[in-house]
Amino acid sequence: MDTTYSSLEKDRLIELFHREKDSITELATPMVNRIRQHALSRFEKNGFPTKQLENWRFTDLTPLLNTEFRFDFSNKSRSMDIEKIFTCDVYDLDTFSITLLNGWFVYKSAPLTKLDNGTVIGSLAKAMEVYPELIDQYFGQAANTHQYELAALNTAFVQDGLFIHVPDGVTLNKPIQLINIVNADHPVFLQPRHLIIAGKGSKITLVHCDHSLTHNVSFTNTLTEVFAEESAVVDHYKIQNKGRNSALITNTFIRQKKSSTVYSNMITLNGGFTKNILDVSLPEPDCRSEHFGLYLVDSNQHVDNQVYIDHIAPDNYSNQLFKGILDDEAKAVFSGKVMVRRHAQHTIAHQNNKNILLTDEAKANTQPHLEIYADDVKCSHGATVGQLDPEAMFYLRSRGLCERTARQMMMIAFAGEVVQKISIEALQERIQHLVEKRLRGELSICDQCMLHCNSKEPTAFNIDMSKI
Amino acid sequence: MLSIKNLSASINGKTIIQGLNLEVKEGEVHAIMGPNGSGKSTLASVIAGRETFEVDEGSVTYMGKDLLELPAETRAREGIFLGFQYPVEIPGVSIANFMRTAINEKRKYLGLEPLTGAEFLRLMEEKKKMVDIQSKLTSRSVNEGFSGGEKKKNEIFQMALLEPRLAILDETDSGLDIDALKVVAKGVNKLRRPDNATVVITHYQRLLDYITPDFVHVLYDGRIIKSGDKNLALELEEKGYDWVKKEAPAGA
Repeated sequence: MDTTYSSLEKDRLIELFHREKDSITELATPMVNRIRQHALSRFEKNGFPTKQLENWRFTDLTPLLNTEFRFDFSNKSRSMDIEKIFTCDVYDLDTFSITLLNGWFVYKSAPLTKLDNGTVIGSLAKAMEVYPELIDQYFGQAANTHQYELAALNTAFVQDGLFIHVPDGVTLNKPIQLINIVNADHPVFLQPRHLIIAGKGSKITLVHCDHSLTHNVSFTNTLTEVFAEESAVVDHYKIQNKGRNSALITNTFIRQKKSSTVYSNMITLNGGFTKNILDVSLPEPDCRSEHFGLYLVDSNQHVDNQVYIDHIAPDNYSNQLFKGILDDEAKAVFSGKVMVRRHAQHTIAHQNNKNILLTDEAKANTQPHLEIYADDVKCSHGATVGQLDPEAMFYLRSRGLCERTARQMMMIAFAGEVVQKISIEALQERIQHLVEKRLRGELSICDQCMLHCNSKEPTAFNIDMSKI
Repeated sequence: MLSIKNLSASINGKTIIQGLNLEVKEGEVHAIMGPNGSGKSTLASVIAGRETFEVDEGSVTYMGKDLLELPAETRAREGIFLGFQYPVEIPGVSIANFMRTAINEKRKYLGLEPLTGAEFLRLMEEKKKMVDIQSKLTSRSVNEGFSGGEKKKNEIFQMALLEPRLAILDETDSGLDIDALKVVAKGVNKLRRPDNATVVITHYQRLLDYITPDFVHVLYDGRIIKSGDKNLALELEEKGYDWVKKEAPAGA
């Protein structure tokens, strides 16, 4: 059933939940519904995050909630042939591709696929029915609904999303690609939920693409839980290319067991409003946890990256590098916190945020934090907000490069530091290509869309070279 | 080829060069010497087109064109090359990509077809041999983490690739040990042709043991106060700058 609200307030959402409770809870396991109930009371207590909160000081949700949103509590999209409206050209690697349309899993043959090596990929809603023991073991164990208001909201309304289970010792040769598409003729509020379980010694690459195929207002509050069991290796790439009227909040919770490795890379190419929340917990030793981000924003786009890395056990390595180029009146926020607890000796933790502002109106708020309670650690943090180096500009021009080419070369080089962290060569090349296209002003959100609506101007990034 | 007449230039209202005259012809090597702060680097910057300097008076003509009208990139495409005293580090930009772009922008300006990847690689290999640059250097980011000597060798390598008509080498010898100095000088000598010219700016006579100038000019207080042949450099080395300062007629 569809339900429309003129403005989203906590109480109305709670009321909505109780009215729609039967359809919301229908497919979940009793355990998930207990976790849901708990999250709901958390949300009831805390509500939406406000600017009074440290992590939301520079990011205001209020204006975004002031819309008539519609909620879909049943899956209407499963019978669609998604390729008719969207094909991804993010890269041409052979991938196992999965699509979510408006938060619901889209499948052609079956909602769950079991590969020959035992890996299960498919709909979370279906996995609750087929693999309840796995769901009950992991679901909600990483997502912290006490500290994160929107994680509580997502958990309260959880219905569907992506489920992946890679058994112990299995290496997935093909990356799994998740394409999240928003396409609706009315404003929608979506809360997809993903659960990724990488068994002991397994290896998985997940490419997560967020697109909107509509100029309508949409609000997505998505949550991903990633469990990297002992010695597992997880590569998690996020590519965000959303419309100007879209709001996207991603909540990612990563739990790493002994000797595991997790790389994440968040590439925001477009997005009206984007907030990426990343929470990493390192309760066991000998882990590597590296998190990179790149945001290229213009007009009045807003992007906020919030990272929390919790070094609980000793001998762990974490690294964060987030870089952004901001044009026009774009705003970027970075708040990164590294917590090194008392027993986390021999921690190595680095954190860096670098911003290039192309106009006087563009703004970057950056807050790197270190909180250290152990005495034998190596930690560093840094942040810069600046312009392209005029000395380097002159150097390039003195060799015959025009200003425009010189600027592009330097911006591409600036972004390249993050793109080069992508370990799969073919993917790195593709993303490099996308980033270059974006910096040349040639990438629009309509690029991959087959709808050809033509009703609005394509929203291409266009850094005005004369402004620097 | 280059004709500078009565040039005055300033930065932030402070006059650095005043009433400078210089003529450079094809095939010539000129050395400009002078104490610190005499305006040597400013002269190089003004010729190359650095916008932080204001030209207040005079003219600079290059190959019959008013050089001061042209932006820095056009000057480069017209064949002017500035070897930097402090080459800039540009992380993330590979020398190969940078040079291929530079060469092709120049070729486009001259109405020539761009070099293909293979053609460029061949050219790069040829020039690497010519200036004794190590292979691995060219795949690295521009000057990033280079030693002083590597940076200067890289300047000469870029010069070899761009084949300028007029090269201005700003204190290319500063910070170099004698071996690096010889490599740089050898590169410059190999690139000498009857139709190009080189202006070597230096503080010390040392470099001129390896690059033989046709003319030596002494720059002091923003003007050339004495010109001569290569023997002037030796005389300067022996007697010091105070000697020319005293000789220079007041207000000349």
